[in-house]
Amino acid sequence: MIDKVVEDIDEAIADIHDGATIMIGGFGRAGQPVDLIDALIRHGAGDLTIVSNNAGNGDVGLAALLDSGRVRKIICSFPRQNDSWVFDRLYRAGEIELELVPQGNLVERIRAAGAGIPAFYTPTGLGTQLYEGAEVREFGGREYVLVEALAADFALVAGLRADRLGNVVYRKTARNFAPPMATAATRTVVQVDEVVPVGALDPEAIPTPGIFVDRVVPVGWRDWLPDGEFVGGLVDVNGEPVDAGIDPHSGHTKATEHKPSGVEGRR
Amino acid sequence: MVTRISRGEVAARLAADIPDGAYVNLGIGAPTLVADHIPDGVEIVLHTENGMLRMGPAPDAAHVDPDLINAGKQAVTELPGASYFNQAESFGMMRGGHLDVCVLGGFEVSQSGDLANWSTGEPGSIPAVGGAMDLAIGAKSVYVMMDLLTKDGRPKLVAECAYPLTGRACVSRVYTDHAVFDVTPDGFAVADAYGDTTVAELERLLGLRLIDRTATAD
Repeated sequence: MIDKVVEDIDEAIADIHDGATIMIGGFGRAGQPVDLIDALIRHGAGDLTIVSNNAGNGDVGLAALLDSGRVRKIICSFPRQNDSWVFDRLYRAGEIELELVPQGNLVERIRAAGAGIPAFYTPTGLGTQLYEGAEVREFGGREYVLVEALAADFALVAGLRADRLGNVVYRKTARNFAPPMATAATRTVVQVDEVVPVGALDPEAIPTPGIFVDRVVPVGWRDWLPDGEFVGGLVDVNGEPVDAGIDPHSGHTKATEHKPSGVEGRR
Repeated sequence: MVTRISRGEVAARLAADIPDGAYVNLGIGAPTLVADHIPDGVEIVLHTENGMLRMGPAPDAAHVDPDLINAGKQAVTELPGASYFNQAESFGMMRGGHLDVCVLGGFEVSQSGDLANWSTGEPGSIPAVGGAMDLAIGAKSVYVMMDLLTKDGRPKLVAECAYPLTGRACVSRVYTDHAVFDVTPDGFAVADAYGDTTVAELERLLGLRLIDRTATAD
């Protein structure tokens, strides 16, 4: 019987080795597999190369992994954000290597690796300093640059629900990089809010079929998504708790002061 | 005297050029203002490159959902008929020529349509490109929305970009606070000059020879 569910999150990432290349899903905080990242920090593997769109937000998740000093290099499109102070400090101190890739080329490199295509020509970035010296070829009167596929040893991504076969569904814009990353790694580990019985997911709407998934780790519902039902007014866009809740009459928060990030144990 | 219009008016002027039924990506910052000025009776579909079509406006605080954000990582809403898709599909929509209009901010646009909007090349700054280079080449029409001059009076429409390029020969039109410019094989053409702004005055401000198409502008 196929059963990819691993209840123990530390066991699910235990074979990540020093020097591994790891894809980490998410666009900013949306879709970031924070529980898997926390397990990776506990695990202690170092000298890592991370592939992710951003380079961490606040002090949690990917930012905490960078802060642990175990990441040698990050391949991403947009490291600099208003809450990327961990990356900013490491980069300025020369303690992390950065490979900057335009977002569409980054995800297509990942998709290509998962689809068995070693390299491809793209119009994005042609004539820019990011592709100085790259091979250029003309097709149909237009020039393109050659870029290579990007594979990984592990992909850590977050979904909403999965079954024991590894079929995964996502929620809204938290899907982002997870489906292509799941195809491009030797081992794909997915954290989900809930594991459901085989047959419970609509076969017409499975963004990540189980063939791409090795392990499924249930981590429980987020406070603002009990049983998969969205409850508004509990958190801000970063998933941080809103202090005084919502005035049910006005629909607006009573206190909108931004809380500092770093709340432990939250997704 | 050169007439200068507000950023909201620039957004409205640009919005008036977006055809009914267009699939549109609005870049981070000032371009998002365009969504507030779509004329009544015109239906457009907003694309956000982090993976959604039919993106709606910002929610009130009671409906902020951390799983529902735009490319600027701000909370948004979904309109009926919305769809979600992964990043590869989303950027394929751009690269594959499926988007009709993309509106971007800019540091500089050259007369051959080169765009610089991702880096000032300042030493010691942390680079970040995101989807800028994909968006620059990612629509049938690429509109840039920016001021004509920098705060210290330097032209942002130039013969050659001094800043690092985002895309080569990719800009179709530039909407500024003084005039609208088309990028043509012969350089910039003034499609529309606001109020008492003249083509001669714009040539003086920019130090470029301009084609006058204001008479035929609608």
